[in-house]
Amino acid sequence: MNEQEHGRKIGDVILKVENISLRFGGVKALTDISFDVREHEIRAIIGPNGAGKSSMLNVLNGVYTPQEGVITYRGQQRKDMNTHEAAESGIARTFQNIALFSGMTVLDNIMTGRNLKIRSSFVEQAFWFGRARREEIENRAKVEEIIDFLQLQSVRKTPVARLPYGIKKRVELARALAAEPSMLLLDEPMAGMNVEEKQDMCRFVIDTNDQFGTTIVLIEHDMGVVMDISDRVVVLDYGKKIGDGTPNEVRNDPEVIKAYLGAH
Amino acid sequence: MIYREAGQFKTTYLNDSQIFPIAQDRYAVAALLIVAFIAIPLFASQYFFSAILIPFLIFSLAALGLNILTGYAGQISLGTAAFMAVGAFASYNFMLRVPGMPILVAFILGGICAAMVGILFGLPSLRIRGFYLAASTLATQFFVVWCLTKVPWFTNYSSSGVITAQQINILGIPFDTPGEKYVLVLIIVSVMALLAKNMVRSNVGRSWMAVRDMDVAAEVIGFRIVRTKLIAFAVSSFYCGIAGALFAFCYLGTVEPEAYNLDLSFRILFMVIIGGLGSILGSFLGAGFIVLLPTVLSVIVHYTGLPNSVTSNLELMVFGALIIFFLIVEPHGLARLWQIAKEKLRLWPFPH
Repeated sequence: MNEQEHGRKIGDVILKVENISLRFGGVKALTDISFDVREHEIRAIIGPNGAGKSSMLNVLNGVYTPQEGVITYRGQQRKDMNTHEAAESGIARTFQNIALFSGMTVLDNIMTGRNLKIRSSFVEQAFWFGRARREEIENRAKVEEIIDFLQLQSVRKTPVARLPYGIKKRVELARALAAEPSMLLLDEPMAGMNVEEKQDMCRFVIDTNDQFGTTIVLIEHDMGVVMDISDRVVVLDYGKKIGDGTPNEVRNDPEVIKAYLGAH
Repeated sequence: MIYREAGQFKTTYLNDSQIFPIAQDRYAVAALLIVAFIAIPLFASQYFFSAILIPFLIFSLAALGLNILTGYAGQISLGTAAFMAVGAFASYNFMLRVPGMPILVAFILGGICAAMVGILFGLPSLRIRGFYLAASTLATQFFVVWCLTKVPWFTNYSSSGVITAQQINILGIPFDTPGEKYVLVLIIVSVMALLAKNMVRSNVGRSWMAVRDMDVAAEVIGFRIVRTKLIAFAVSSFYCGIAGALFAFCYLGTVEPEAYNLDLSFRILFMVIIGGLGSILGSFLGAGFIVLLPTVLSVIVHYTGLPNSVTSNLELMVFGALIIFFLIVEPHGLARLWQIAKEKLRLWPFPH
């Protein structure tokens, strides 16, 4: 059911990763990885611990620069892109270990996601006048839509440090969504959650994809979740790609089974 | 019970993002401003103006400047007094060398000079952080004071290295008595506190806090780390520069570079720590606390009949003890205590 529903709206390839290799000194984190992501799809990256999944995500949004390979995003080819350019081109992400701004409220955290939309200078903001004030109000309205969408109304003005883990993950998603990204990178959005929180999070991920048409690339360890929500799956092991295809294809791939069961 | 927001509904985002969202706060602040602007100038004594109120306001402004840098943007600085010195000596020289220079413009230009020095000495913060940054701002402190002492041009070739601040005269109105100077300082500090509050509730403030809390995430979201840090240094130094100019023109009158020594930097750092890192109100509370402490202690010593020499030593001991106390018990300082009190007051005296 799921696959069909997504299948209808999935568009052309918007992100193409070709022959990416990433090394840290002598350690090969990624070796010759190629895959693509189509518009509006949910693309999962799975693999055992240390397979290079997070490194892959870090390459996609410019935290790491790969030694070899090319990334083409929306027709633009990039070798070394920095994180700021990635953000400007519409790539947002969440982190494996929550990377919220702990001293700020939920509202302020989500407002930071809108920073690229703000044009006024700090002097205008100091005087809280004209454009600065108008922008603040407009962006607040947008942020409130996201707060509604992710059901964070009750904690709007709570400092994030006081929130439980599951809500923090949701705030992080909200902050990423506030940028109105065309592509969203989620690094283990359900890690460490109980069943109920996982279900909520799955629903939010699917809703984001449905309502905003956001392309999603996610890393997840929970196979049930991955098989349920993703359209296509890339499997990494020891920095190499060992499988790529629909959840069903991947599930029955002997290479993948070997990597996961550890039988060599 | 008295202090609660029940029944105060916000119907616009503009309303919801005002500085004091609770009506009681607005009344309290309005009352405080009326007292500060009208009652105090009418009734306070000369001593009260020149020994307590003026230094309190000037230190509040300096603490506010440091708080922007250290409390909001998370960059530790031990060079506050140096930036104050730049502001003071730059304003003095603008007044001296540019004929017909209005004093407020000289203050602002002095602040801008301090901001530029701040940007220059903020550059190391792009590569280093924490203790190492503290050490590099310490270099600022020594370099600026050394420079002002060794280059006689800055002190107008005064043989003793001491400068005498010019008379203050704005649009023909002289500000000579402590009471008049108090009003001038109060206006400047109030306006600058308002501007600071506006900054920290806008995007620039959020960028500072984002860099303070998690710089990697800040960068991924799209904040430019370099720009954010340098703006923090510039704004902070601007505030310190204006505070330094007021320190010379409205408080000391005659001043030598050594007045802006490391001791002063530390005093202001203590104000920020005791008052509350990352809080505008905290800057005022911390400054008030540290300005009033010696006075209160000397009164206590006076009544207990101990010799006067005890006072200064007692002051140092109480100072040290309090700083350790705050660092351990309440790192967010007096401002956090005030916030907790407010939360308790919402329900008090009914527990539920």
